[in-house]
Amino acid sequence: MTAIAAPATSAPRRSSHHLSDVWAMTRRNLVHISREPMQLSDVTIQPVLFTVLFVYIFGGGIPIPGGASYKDFVLAGLLTLNLTTSSMGTAVGLSTDLHEGVIDRFRTLPMWRSAVLVGRSVADLMTASLCALIVALTGLAVGWRPDSNPASVLAGFALVLFFAYSLSWLSACVGLNSNSPESAASFGFLVLFPLSFVSNAMVPTQHMPGWLQAIADWNPVSAVTAAARDLFGNPNPSSTINAWPMQHPVEAAIIWSAVILAIAAPLASHFFRLRTTD
Amino acid sequence: MIEADGLQKRYGDTQALAGVSFAVPAGSVLGLLGPNGAGKTTAVRILTTLAVPDAGHARVDGIDVATDPLAVRRRIGVAAQDATLDGLLTGRQNLVLVGELSGLSRAYSRDRADELLEQFELTDAADRVVKGYSGGMRRRLDLAASLLTRPPILFLDEPTTGLDPTSRLRVWAAIRELIASGVTLLLTTQYLDEADALADRIVVVDHGRVIANGSPAELKRQSHNARLEVTLTDHHDGAAAAIRALVSGPITETNGGRHLSAGVDAAPGLATEIVRALDQAGIRVDDIAVRQPSLDDVFFALTGEHVEDETITEMEEVAS
Repeated sequence: MTAIAAPATSAPRRSSHHLSDVWAMTRRNLVHISREPMQLSDVTIQPVLFTVLFVYIFGGGIPIPGGASYKDFVLAGLLTLNLTTSSMGTAVGLSTDLHEGVIDRFRTLPMWRSAVLVGRSVADLMTASLCALIVALTGLAVGWRPDSNPASVLAGFALVLFFAYSLSWLSACVGLNSNSPESAASFGFLVLFPLSFVSNAMVPTQHMPGWLQAIADWNPVSAVTAAARDLFGNPNPSSTINAWPMQHPVEAAIIWSAVILAIAAPLASHFFRLRTTD
Repeated sequence: MIEADGLQKRYGDTQALAGVSFAVPAGSVLGLLGPNGAGKTTAVRILTTLAVPDAGHARVDGIDVATDPLAVRRRIGVAAQDATLDGLLTGRQNLVLVGELSGLSRAYSRDRADELLEQFELTDAADRVVKGYSGGMRRRLDLAASLLTRPPILFLDEPTTGLDPTSRLRVWAAIRELIASGVTLLLTTQYLDEADALADRIVVVDHGRVIANGSPAELKRQSHNARLEVTLTDHHDGAAAAIRALVSGPITETNGGRHLSAGVDAAPGLATEIVRALDQAGIRVDDIAVRQPSLDDVFFALTGEHVEDETITEMEEVAS
């Protein structure tokens, strides 16, 4: 046989496949973002916009129990709001992938099938980290100040990013069941926006009607936001609420994120197999 | 070795494959020929692990596709009908990605990508985003991607459909090189001349069934409609009678009886026999030809359908 037809085994192969497959897919998704930087607007422009909007327009009209500064109250909320809503990017990205012929190419390669999903989630975690950084910098620019040690502040960011990562797997489930990227986006919008706003992220829940407050206090977004407020050393009016997640926000945030991830990740792999089998 | 054994596949109300069997011996080229919707792509999708058959078995290199798809994927290269490339990556990035996902190191994938870009005359376009490639460039890049791991077994699904004539010839040249290198190749096409030009054996499929299987020459013989054309030096009254037993159907005389034409069963040595018969009758021949049927004649004889008209229209649309 000549060079072209030489057996595949003649080419040098790596030993560990899964990690390098994931890294190759992650890089592919990062290249996509670099080609269409406007895709990033929801993690770059949106956080700046929301911060300015909430701090300067709504901030003056929203009293915080105990008379704390709205800026210090709202930053953790802005963080979860932005990361929650931007997690719909996973749904849109996967839905777009499924409509590209390149998925068929991946399926004929001896790769780890789930690398398509994991690579996407890792790339989305990277953009979420960029989003978190922009929220923090914008916050510092408008006067937000954390009031705890650096390790605790970092733990706060890590906790919110962990939540965002688990949400991106939930979002993957949505994307894998959508007929088009547009419907994936609208479904994400319909679910994620109420989820973000019916919470303690933007306003203290104490002023909500009783039934809505009950929902808000058990909303994972509230737990994550309250946990971040505690870890940042910022005012956390939810600490006076008697619901278990508001009394133990860090534990609640970790449990919520872990449970969502434990359910959504295998489910997404299952949906991916269904979508790519014929 | 590629083997399809009684493959059946139904999509909704459509029976895409209704029991298709064929084999491609190692190192040979099989042309899977048929019109749009004949089931060619479904057969390829099953053999390349993309689809699961409802019944029947598919084996590649002796490995059952359903039992060990990963082992099959390690041995095959696939160029699908719709170029399966990432439009937002450059040509080079596409090839390196395929290499890495095939388990090759990045350094090796890069070298191999350079080699293939050069071989397929894509070096100039290597760092451009694939979205901007022409149809012919995409096909060549797709072909390059399918060769990245130097697979011994290749599947090319309609590699030239929709290409202009020049691009088509370039793809043919690339395929001929591959064939010369000794790969086992399954090629699907709706172009009859393509199967004739590239394949050792042709399997004709229509409505999910195999309707013919043989070498291009055998298939031509099966069609029973080769034509004999004889030009005599002078008109001769006994000419028709002399060749009557060797032809089938009526003999047409034109040009004042100097030109005779008749349907024949194309067979080796037929022209010699005709010349001998005429010679024995003392008739001198200026020119004799047995015109072989085209593969379109074959297809028409087998299915009662012409395919080439559609093909030609498609080609013209692309060219204009």
